[in-house]
Amino acid sequence: MITCSEAVRQLWEYLENELPAGDREKVDEHLGACLRCCGEAEFAQELRKFLAAHAELDVIPDSVRQRLLSTLDSLPEVP
Amino acid sequence: MAERAAAMGTATDSEQFRALAAAELPKLYAVARRLVGDEAEDAVQDCLLKGFRGYRSITDPSAGPAWLLAILVNCCRDRGRSHVRRPDQVELEEAERFSLFRTIADEDPFPYSDSLHLDFLQQFGREDLHAVLLSLPEMYRAPLALVHMEGFSTKEVAEMLGAPRGTILARLHRGRKLLEKRLWDYATTHGLLKEGPR
Repeated sequence: MITCSEAVRQLWEYLENELPAGDREKVDEHLGACLRCCGEAEFAQELRKFLAAHAELDVIPDSVRQRLLSTLDSLPEVP
Repeated sequence: MAERAAAMGTATDSEQFRALAAAELPKLYAVARRLVGDEAEDAVQDCLLKGFRGYRSITDPSAGPAWLLAILVNCCRDRGRSHVRRPDQVELEEAERFSLFRTIADEDPFPYSDSLHLDFLQQFGREDLHAVLLSLPEMYRAPLALVHMEGFSTKEVAEMLGAPRGTILARLHRGRKLLEKRLWDYATTHGLLKEGPR
């Protein structure tokens, strides 16, 4: 079985479904036997959601949008 | 080129580029905010000008959004390189050993909480997280933001940043460890661990 540090190192890729099948099975096996790493995995999942939720909060201010649209309008016509 | 002309009707290159960029502005700005903070507007301006100059090289219109985003990321990298304190080897080694999960459990900052770890994260407002993200060196911040906030795969980010996927995976790991450590440091130095409403 892989060690805790090997499992923790791969946790995020595991949660993102980016691990190859063989490595995923090894992490699964470890999580099935290690309570502490299950806690690490649950927290990593919370941290992922936290980052993704904050990404949704960034809205372009209308004044910035207008200035950037003005930049686009000022671009020359290319023949 | 004929494919693009067919897809875009009779619109000129300039018109096509304006339509593409206008539609992508919200996304470009949001990504730039995470990568360069208050310089986001300037980074998007840079991106629009560079994109306009290179738009003729695009043959497949459906690739336009990803192409423009890759330009933005590079504009942000140019801006983001200079400001941030790079972690020294000692901090990187400390971060590698650091576990935010264990630290929160051990330090128990909210003794009356029955959802300690979640409560810790909920202390961070949008500007707090921005500040922590912007404290990370660009080489770690960009993969973190693009994968974990924008939802790109590590393969897509590797292409965007022009680095092997293995390098991106290594930077993501190190970046997450640094993020964990700096979230804790920020919380302890900015009064986020006091009980009660902020």
